[in-house]
Amino acid sequence: MGRQISNPEHFDVVVVGAGLAGTAAAYLLAKAGMRVLCIERGEDPGTKNVMGGILYRQPTEKIIPGWWRDAPVERPIVEERFWLVTGDAVIQAGFRSNRYGEEPYNAFSVLRVKFDRWFADQAVAAGAVLVTNTVVEDVIREDGRIVGVRTGREEGDVYANIVIAADGVNSLLSKKAGLHPELTPNHVALAVKEIVNMTREKIEDRFCLTPNEGATIEIFGDSTMNMLGYGFIYTNRDSLSIGVGALLSDFIKTKVNPNDLMEHFKAIPMVRKLLEGGESKEYTAHLIPEGGAAAMPPVYAGGMLVVGDAAGLSNPIYREGSNLALLSAKMATETCIDAHQRGDFSAQSLAQYKRLLDESFIMDDLRMYSKTSEFFQRKPEFLEIYPKLLSGALHDLLTVDSVPKREKQRRLLRQVLGQRAPWTIARDMVGALRALAG
Amino acid sequence: MTETKTAPEAEHTARVEDKLYNVRFKTDEDQSHLVVMNSNLCAQCTDKPCTTFCPVSVYRWETGDRKISVSYEKCVECGACRIGCPYFNIEWRYPKGGFGVQYKFG
Repeated sequence: MGRQISNPEHFDVVVVGAGLAGTAAAYLLAKAGMRVLCIERGEDPGTKNVMGGILYRQPTEKIIPGWWRDAPVERPIVEERFWLVTGDAVIQAGFRSNRYGEEPYNAFSVLRVKFDRWFADQAVAAGAVLVTNTVVEDVIREDGRIVGVRTGREEGDVYANIVIAADGVNSLLSKKAGLHPELTPNHVALAVKEIVNMTREKIEDRFCLTPNEGATIEIFGDSTMNMLGYGFIYTNRDSLSIGVGALLSDFIKTKVNPNDLMEHFKAIPMVRKLLEGGESKEYTAHLIPEGGAAAMPPVYAGGMLVVGDAAGLSNPIYREGSNLALLSAKMATETCIDAHQRGDFSAQSLAQYKRLLDESFIMDDLRMYSKTSEFFQRKPEFLEIYPKLLSGALHDLLTVDSVPKREKQRRLLRQVLGQRAPWTIARDMVGALRALAG
Repeated sequence: MTETKTAPEAEHTARVEDKLYNVRFKTDEDQSHLVVMNSNLCAQCTDKPCTTFCPVSVYRWETGDRKISVSYEKCVECGACRIGCPYFNIEWRYPKGGFGVQYKFG
């Protein structure tokens, strides 16, 4: 390939997209001494990027050890709450550990526009070339292998031994490369999010936090108008990230508008109380890959690797996605470095990346997630009937009204059996446990 | 905790247009990155789900013109219409480099 070597626009690796996965790959490759170009379509890295807002300490350290000392983070998360909302009632669970508020921490709330800019700066400082304001429109093929990308700029062809598609959930690039079948509406969630401004003092009062502590609340049940999904509230330094999402197929079926869903969510009495006086500063919308392992596209081809959301790597039940993006980028980077040593960029050589994914916890978790997601899609009663039964039972048990406990138990049993046959309940519970535990 | 008085609030129906005042856009005045390819398909489409699930209501059915109007300038580039149109009748591209939505927080 004499032409490629003499071409000044030839890189070892071209990374498409400066999100978490793309920037991590660019950073690690530059650190390893490779010639790497990262192409971003936004004005700046981060301006097109949205997530709920939690970034995990340990996986991110696999990219930059001690990152949280320098990076713009909002608050370390010390408390995670779970709400199950039914009408005007809420069942709550939560976990708080002061250990999470100390080094080395577990998780941080972040604002992606700020964080991604910092992250990209680290990649550039390590030697990566970053080009912004540029859309990648297609791949360039030679002899059946991908050898570069075509950008929207004049004379915008760029050649590379390997192209890493890190262009997010929509990944037009891997579709152009023929890897990505179109996602289906039940394999993707649509979420809307708002940034709500609030003073630090008010946040700390309302969520019982000290100045260097943060909390998350995941809100299930009526928060999604009976669609499969959930809402969330995360504390930033002086704002809240609030959001709600559900399967796109459920939005289509119910004809609920996502902004109306957001307003419904904000109007839940317990939510409204937490948001009171806050001012909405930004409204965003984003898709989340929800199909798990079953919906994943092939993640490699001759001359190409697919990472992060573009590869469908997300596990929404456990609020994981950012970590999978970063770790997949690391595996892709290892594969790139080994492929360069081998001087072999064929599909066979790059299959190393898939093997690394398969051997890690990622594919194991995503196979489990596929089952879980499929189960709850088939069983809408877990969104409607069971939460109501549970809430009603708690209401009855906790209401002190001089009724003997034995009578209350009988009443409860009658109520439950009036809704579902005992064997149906038993089957549902075993099914749910199986779906959750793999 | 400071006790705030709850004013009798207006119905919670903040319009998405009001929310978009806070969102920064750099609009490509020359061309739309979203194109409905065949209006006849839209006329046949009974539910027209794009008119309900789009989080910023880019798509509207114009009864008189018998076609979907596309307010691409307020698109936040989520991609829902690309996947959700039952006829795959929406050509969805990214706006030109540097154009489209530019988030401040993300």
